Order: sequence, then structure tokens, then C-alpha cells
Amino acid sequence: MARLSTPPNFLMTRLGTAVRWAQTQSMWPATFGLACCAIEMMATGTAHNDLARFGMEVFRASPRQADLMVVAGRVSQKMAPVLRQVYDQMADPKWVISMGACASTGGMFNNYALVQGVDQIVPVDIYVPGCPPGPQSLMHGILTLQDKVMTGELAR
Amino acid sequence: MADEKTTSDLWVAGTEEPDWIVAGTDEGAQVMDRDETEGRLTEQRGTRVVDDFVIDDSVADDERMIVNMGPQHPSTHGVLRLSLELEGETVRRVKPIIGYLHTGMEKMAESLTFLQGGTNVTRMDYLAPLHNELCFSLAVEKLVNIELPPRAHAIRVLMTELNRVSSHLVATATNGMDIGALSIMMYGFRERELILQFFEKTTGLRMNHNYIRPGGVAADLPEGWEDDVAEIVARIRSAMDDYEDLLKENSIWKGRTQGVGIITKAECLAYGITGPTLRATGSDWDLRKSQPYSGIEQYDFDVISGTNCDVYDRYRVRIGEMLESLRIVEQVANSMPGGDYMTDDRKVAPPPRRRINESMEALIHHFKIYTEGFRVPEGEVYVAVESPRGELGCYIVSDGGSTPLRMHTRAPSFANLQALPVMMADSLIADAVASIASLDPVMGDVDR
Amino acid sequence: MGDDVAEVESAEEARHAGLESDLPEDTVLRAVVEPVESAEVIGTESDVVVRVDKADLAAIAVSARDAGFEMCVDVTAVDYKGKRRTRFEVVVNFMSHQHNQRIRVLASVPEDDTTVPSLVPTYPGTNFFEREVYDMFGISFEGHPDLTRILMPDDWVGYPLRKDFSVGAVPVQFKEANQV
Repeated sequence: MARLSTPPNFLMTRLGTAVRWAQTQSMWPATFGLACCAIEMMATGTAHNDLARFGMEVFRASPRQADLMVVAGRVSQKMAPVLRQVYDQMADPKWVISMGACASTGGMFNNYALVQGVDQIVPVDIYVPGCPPGPQSLMHGILTLQDKVMTGELAR
Repeated sequence: MADEKTTSDLWVAGTEEPDWIVAGTDEGAQVMDRDETEGRLTEQRGTRVVDDFVIDDSVADDERMIVNMGPQHPSTHGVLRLSLELEGETVRRVKPIIGYLHTGMEKMAESLTFLQGGTNVTRMDYLAPLHNELCFSLAVEKLVNIELPPRAHAIRVLMTELNRVSSHLVATATNGMDIGALSIMMYGFRERELILQFFEKTTGLRMNHNYIRPGGVAADLPEGWEDDVAEIVARIRSAMDDYEDLLKENSIWKGRTQGVGIITKAECLAYGITGPTLRATGSDWDLRKSQPYSGIEQYDFDVISGTNCDVYDRYRVRIGEMLESLRIVEQVANSMPGGDYMTDDRKVAPPPRRRINESMEALIHHFKIYTEGFRVPEGEVYVAVESPRGELGCYIVSDGGSTPLRMHTRAPSFANLQALPVMMADSLIADAVASIASLDPVMGDVDR
Repeated sequence: MGDDVAEVESAEEARHAGLESDLPEDTVLRAVVEPVESAEVIGTESDVVVRVDKADLAAIAVSARDAGFEMCVDVTAVDYKGKRRTRFEVVVNFMSHQHNQRIRVLASVPEDDTTVPSLVPTYPGTNFFEREVYDMFGISFEGHPDLTRILMPDDWVGYPLRKDFSVGAVPVQFKEANQV
């Protein structure tokens, strides 16, 4: 719906914007906290740094009900197929934030046990660097994602 | 094999491009080293995850069902997978399947110097990173055989006891959240922010600090730390009243936690379970009292034990331990000795940075320690500390070089997970969630 | 290379031989060591270390439990490839609450016969530890109820913590570098 297939006219432009606005304002994350970054993600969701003001405090356990997968932590070889299965179970439109150094590139663990970057397995929209990224960095990543969805740059 | 293109196919790096549009760029794409992994990657499909739970066929019972819980699950405290053999709502047997967070840290440690080892070890038990670093540093110091100044010991005690409070806050918060008391999650993390902000001020990072290093600590406490610590102690003590009001006499909480997840003292000892789980059975075993380290014996504190070995008592033990840790923190703050925060032995500890501009030897020492690393004499050592989860041990074998020959961490959560089949036998599924939460496993510790 | 290895090991034996005579008063230690034929105390000042033949590992676990070591804290292994004649060493740590003592037991395991008796019948808490040693080193424990891989995927080939298993570092390519 956000991708416009008809020539832009007043009605469809407004509707597209409205749909994208709705997508950004209540993007529900799936619980995919793996390691240390998961604790910082939980801290971002709690009172001091409040994710609820962005519509996101509802972490859905079921991937079928989630829009956003925040891969928070290191993805091991054994976890990789599980990650892919959870991603596949999410309904479109869906986005992926790779949180932390281990999820983005393998981090300091360049070895046999970890997948060197979760983008080997799923397409990633936003990479948030840090080890672990503080709640403010994660929120910056989430707000950047919301901006990109709003402008239509990340078309789904 | 390559012809079946289902949506759950794993895109293996190095095979043909998939059909979707990847929003990221493909620069930095890596080719994995396939020598040891030939054929393995193509086997790992989500639809064919091997289930190694063996059923005893002689107990054939049509009523029993095997249900998988995890690894992606809101209540399993990380990537823990449980294979539950259910008879209706009752759990007959359970098998924990782990390894979903295995990071190869022990292998990494063999290629990192002893100074870099702290960065590796600190990410194992990521809720109590300072304890991991302390254990590793104590082991290295024992091998190198150096003495630390008293201020270094006192700072270590201060930081690790604050870490114990923050770890128990997360444990209580997630324990409550799993059982349904969602507000305790907010309270727990609110108090934890105070401690994490102090850590950020002192060490530079909120978590995974790499602050406690062999030879002392990395930097001195910041200006005005006494006021910060006093405020933390006062505010957390008053917040404890909030928690007690919310949970201690709450009939729902008691109904869900009393009599649940029982494991006796003899079973704990046989299974190698330590920490609050063991102390809730009535034992008063605490390594800080029995085999003290880092000068903790000079501070006055009690060991909290429970009587019934259930989830409620473990929660009481953790609350009590938080208050005792605050007592220790107060005593350390009142009696902090002056002096150096790091040992003088320049073969082990790098010099303070301002000296690098003044002295040539300081520059050379700094250079050698940070590039090649300092050499540790041959030998092996096992040192254990009391982490919030139990006995955290570090076994290091050195061959005289600057990297360990073998670094093994005895992870408390790894051993504690063996309590799950005992705790959850013949209990309900809802009680299973309460049991796991009360054990407080940290999967980084379990899988390393 | 072989000569260096032999030298290291004989030097080690010589160093350890001098230390075994200073611990005979420790009755707890004697209760652990005496029932087992091949046990030999090689202690340092602060760590009590006992070396046994690998076949006696289960026996020393039983004598430790009878002597008051209620808890087996840790079972792990070390790969001394190239540094010692026998390649592997299994390390077991015991802890006694009543005596407040620790004991470490070492057992050398040669490369061609990596089967060791399991401690699970005596200390059920060594279940996961032995599986980890099997997974990481390939040392099998006879009598273990479920000796399967625990940390790596079930179809993994190779034993990661052995010295001939590479770390598996992936070469990282940067934008400006010439393509490798």
C-alpha cells in the first residue's frame, strides 16, 4: 500500500502518507533479545528511557503479530536457522534492526561460533553500533527507521 | 537439495543470490571459511532442527506430548530451549537444550592477551560483568603473583557489590514480569538505572565494563563518588519498601511462588548448584564468607538463607542479599583507603597515561603491554568468586606466553540449569516459568 | 620437536616430585587419595592437586564423595598438543563444604584412547560438564547417560577447542581495500 502504483494524485498521496504514518507510530517489536544487548533493549523499554512514547512498548512474543525484529545480541550457528524461521513467520511489512556490534558484523567474536553479521541471514534495515548500544543509541536507530519509513525510502 | 526453494530456506553465504531486495548494501560481504563446515550449512534448515530428546518407549503413553519451549520465548530468560514432556498440563520430564548463544569465548581467549582477556570474559555473564572480570583478574594475579594496593581491593569490592545489587534487581524484575507482576519490571529497572549511571561515570560503559583488570582497576573513582554512592544506597533502600509492599505479602505472588520449584539441599549439592538457589534450601554457603577474596572479610555482612526451597524463598534471599550488599557498599564508602588504584609492577600493569609523556620507560612499558601483552609464568590456577548466580570460577593454564594456553570459566548458570529437570518434574507449565525465572540463568554464562 | 616435549614433561615431573611430601597430615586429603592406587599428590602452596590415571577417575570421585567432598564443581579438559607427550588432560575440581577445602584432580588422556570413565553416577551434576568436554574436545565419557553435543549444533564436524581446530576468523573486507 505504501508503494504507489498509480500516478501520484492528491488522494493517493495523502492515503500513502497516512498509511506510512500509521506503520511508524505503532511498530511492534518481536522479542528477539539474545545476549547483553537484550538487557539494554529491556532498559530502553522501561521507565527511564521510555519506548512506549513511540508506540513500541508492546513486545509481542509471537512473530506473527510483530512488525519489527530487533536482533539484539550475538547470533550463533545454532541460532541462525531459528532466527530465519522467526523472520519468515513475521507478516509483511516487516523491518529488521541489527542492534549491537555482534549482530551487525560479528563484533569482537570473529570466530567459528558466530554468524558474522545477521545480514548474512536476514535483510537488515538499520544497524545500531555499540557494545552494547545504550538506550539512547537504540532509540536513535528506531527513530531513524521511523523517518525512513515515513519518507518512503524503505519501501515495503 | 538446492532445488527445493521454500521460504524457510537458509540463504547461505556463497550460494546463489536470493530473490528479495535487500535494503542494505552488499559491501563488506564476507566469504565464510568453509573448510571445516562443508555440507554443514546446507543441513541447517529451520524445518529440520534435530530434536535430540530421547523418549523411553517402554513408557508408551498416548497422553504424553512433547512440546518445545523456546529458544525464542519471552519467558525463558534468553535463548534457552526446553523440551517438555507433557501429560495434560503437568510436566513429566524436561530436557534443557542449550548452545544457542555459544560464542566460542574460551577459544577466543587463547588468542587474546591477558590484558585483553577481560573484554572477552566480561561478556559471559552479562548481568554481572564485573564479577567475571574480577574472577579472571584474580586468577591472572595468582599466576603472576603480585600484590595489589588496598585501594584497588576496596574499589573492586565496591563495584562488584553494586553489580550484585543491579543483577539481583534484574533477576527480581524479570521474575516478577514472567509471573505477571509487570510493574516490578519497571521498578527494578528504574533502580538499576541509578547504578548503571554510576558505572558509566566510573568505567565509561553501562555494561561490559572491562574495568577490573589484572593489577587493579582501570581508572580511579570519579570526583564526588561518595555522594553518588550515598544517593544510590539511600534511594535503593527506600525503593526496597516499594518492592516489599508489592510482593512480600501479595497473595497472588505467594500463591504462585510458594511450594513451587522445590529442590532440596542434598540435590543441590549433588548437582553442583550454588548461589541463591542453594542458600534458599537452608545452606549458608557463600564464598565471600568461606573463602574470602579481595579483602571482603573486613566488611560486616550476613549471609541470607531461606528455609523452604521454593521460588518464594529464592526471591526473599535475593532481596536480602541486595540489602546486605548495600551495607557492604556503605562500609566501603566510609572506609575507602587512599593510594594507588593499580599495582606498581610495570611488567603487568600499564602506567598512568600522563606519565607516558614524561618518561621513556613508561612509554615502552605501555607499548609492550598493549601490543605484545605481559608474560605470565607457567602454571595453572583455579579461582572462584561468588557471583550473583553462584560460584563463578576461572581455570587458567599458562605456558609462559602472553596468551593463555587454556582459559575455562566455570559458569554458575551452566551448572544451575541441571536443577531444572528436578524442579520441574511433575509440576505445571505455569510453575515451569516461575522455576526458570527463580533460577536466574544467564545464557551468556551457560553457553559462553 | 619431540625432544622438547620430552624435556618439558620430565622437568615438570621433577618439579612436582619434591612437593608431595608436605601434605601427609591432611586427613581429608589422605581419605581421598589412599583408596586409589594411582593417585599422586602434586600440590602447590595454595592449590591441592592430585594426579591419577584416567582409568581411576571414577574411583577417585567415589573416594572424594565419601571423604566429604559433596560437590563436584567443574569438569573440563586441556589440549597440550605439542607441549606434552600425552595430549589431553581432564581436570576435575571438587569442593567440600564441611571441610571448606578444594581439590583438583588431573588425568592425562592420550590422543589415541580418549575414553574416560564418567563421574555422573557419583555426581549427577557433572552431566552437562562432561557433555561440554565431549563437544569441545572429543573425549568420551563411558557411562554417561546422554553423551551428545551440547553447545554446537548436533551435526557439527570437529571439536572446537582442540588446538588443530582453527578459530575460524573470517577475513574482513573493507571498502577501500583491493578485493582479495
